[in-house]
Amino acid sequence: MIKLLTELSEGESGAVLEIRGGHMLFNRLAAMGIIVGREITKVSPVIMKGPVTVMVNRTKVAIGFSMANKILVKVADS
Amino acid sequence: MKILLMGNPNVGKSVLFMRLTGIRVISSNYPGTTVSFTRGFVKVGDEMAEVIDVPGAYTLEPTSKAEEVAAKMLEEGDVVINVVDATNLERNLYLTLQLLERKTPLIVALNFWDDTVHRGIHIDVERLKSILGVPIIPTSALTGQGIKELVESIPSAASHASPARSRDERWSCIGHITEQVQRITHRHHRWFEHLEDASVKPVSGWLIAIGVLFVAFIVVRFIGEGLISYVLEPLFNGLWMPVLIKLSQAMGAGAGGLLHDIIIGQLIDGKISFLKSFGLLSSGLYVPFVMVLPYIFSFYLVVGLLEDTGYLPRLAVLLDKAMHRLGLHGYAIIPTLLGFGCNVPAIMATRILESKRERFIAATIVSIAVPCASLQAMIIGLVGKYGGVYVAAVYGALFIVWLILGMLLNAILKGASPELLIEIPPYRRPPWALMLQKLWLRIREFLQEAVPLVWIAVLAVNVLYFLGVFNALANFTAPVVAKMFGLPKEAVVAIIIGFLRKDVALGMLAASVITAKQMVIGAVVLSMFFPCLASFVVLFRELGGRNLLAATAVMLFSALLAGGLLNIML
Repeated sequence: MIKLLTELSEGESGAVLEIRGGHMLFNRLAAMGIIVGREITKVSPVIMKGPVTVMVNRTKVAIGFSMANKILVKVADS
Repeated sequence: MKILLMGNPNVGKSVLFMRLTGIRVISSNYPGTTVSFTRGFVKVGDEMAEVIDVPGAYTLEPTSKAEEVAAKMLEEGDVVINVVDATNLERNLYLTLQLLERKTPLIVALNFWDDTVHRGIHIDVERLKSILGVPIIPTSALTGQGIKELVESIPSAASHASPARSRDERWSCIGHITEQVQRITHRHHRWFEHLEDASVKPVSGWLIAIGVLFVAFIVVRFIGEGLISYVLEPLFNGLWMPVLIKLSQAMGAGAGGLLHDIIIGQLIDGKISFLKSFGLLSSGLYVPFVMVLPYIFSFYLVVGLLEDTGYLPRLAVLLDKAMHRLGLHGYAIIPTLLGFGCNVPAIMATRILESKRERFIAATIVSIAVPCASLQAMIIGLVGKYGGVYVAAVYGALFIVWLILGMLLNAILKGASPELLIEIPPYRRPPWALMLQKLWLRIREFLQEAVPLVWIAVLAVNVLYFLGVFNALANFTAPVVAKMFGLPKEAVVAIIIGFLRKDVALGMLAASVITAKQMVIGAVVLSMFFPCLASFVVLFRELGGRNLLAATAVMLFSALLAGGLLNIML
């Protein structure tokens, strides 16, 4: 199943499928290790369009809501 | 020889720098503490080599001002010590691979080596060394482990100049490397890791934030007030006052003229007043050492704790949504918080923000609406005499100014605020020795840079007064100061002295002001009007001349408006 990063539930993980953004966004995310194919786990729920906190490679990263909305994640069907 | 310390943000470069050079710099547990570079020296063999603590960077393709500084510095280095967080090899190796593509010889320091053990991470150092082809030294900058080996290996730094890879190639290469050299044994969450998550979750996060800030405020006030009332006040009144009285009499007391006024100050009802006399040895010592220093101490003690535990990035996450209204993102809370100590490092810290627009907004609203610790100490001391509610009024007014200015600038300036993207470091136990060093560093800066300016300000007040400049000036600006703000017309001098030192200025204002309302308006106007000289210089350096003019125009206009409105409303 494909979800937006913001739509993952707390503790759910998946592989980054696509980053819908420009070169700059790609670079900023890649610098943090967020690249296509990478396993990503959502740590905290989001309320009122605040940032999403995720775990990538044992690094905890906070991603602003609209940036997180540009990241598609492939989640294993349960 | 020039050695550069490079690596991702928050991997302990500054602590390593202190270990290598013995020079103390400020280090904290959040990405982006170092925004400019510091130099020092270390002995390598028989040669003294220059070491540079470079701001942290995730990549050599800069995405922020601090990363730009880092990428530019690389050109000048003869050797790079790439500091790597051993508990986070994957992310850190990206920069390592980029550095290997350059021709500068490289050594890798695997820092936080002692932490890998608790975290169940096993790294095969020999294997990593043979894959990367450069010396790899496990270090722990905090304990000093591996520092000697690191220095000894500097001459054997190797240059690789491996072919440039694309981003995806680098990441897949990192995957291969970590598969071969790293083994992670599973272990259970420790209790404080649950706490880590709780502090970024919406409900528990807010409860924790409110708790932390409340306790921080209480502790700052408790220690600050405690030092003033139980230590410094008694000391000054009991020991210093008798000396001053004798000195004053020896100088002819009230008939002593200009020299007496400058050194002891004017007699108020025939007596020396630490607050109102305005001599170098009276107010010139009392203001910085009794009223301000205790708060500098307590503020930076608490801020140091917040910085070193790693709490601040979590606060940034919680406030992100709200800060977007001001054209900023959550991380702008770090320069803002530093501004409550001193605006100078706060304006420098805006470099951690990505866009020029964001840096302009943050620097402008901090320098207008965030009072520094010195000024706050005076506000608490002098406005507080009229009652706590008036102190609250000053803070409330400044907060509203901060909000409105941010929202207005966000609406007027072209462009949008960038999104937050920050690494949340793990909580760490504050390294006490380092924390105390940092506290001392900040206090020393106050003593060396602020105290002499206090004396210059006191001197200027006396000379201007003697020359009779005050009256001419006061009459000239009376329409604004007296009519618009409802202040005594002499208050203009305080506003001008504020350009040198805001704490002295508020002390002056308090000497001429009569009512609580005037005190509130005076404190707000003084906070907003012209940032002190030091902040002005840094604003110029960070924003450039044109933007400084724009910021100054915003400042003048908003200070006039806020003062006028308060006069009508209160």
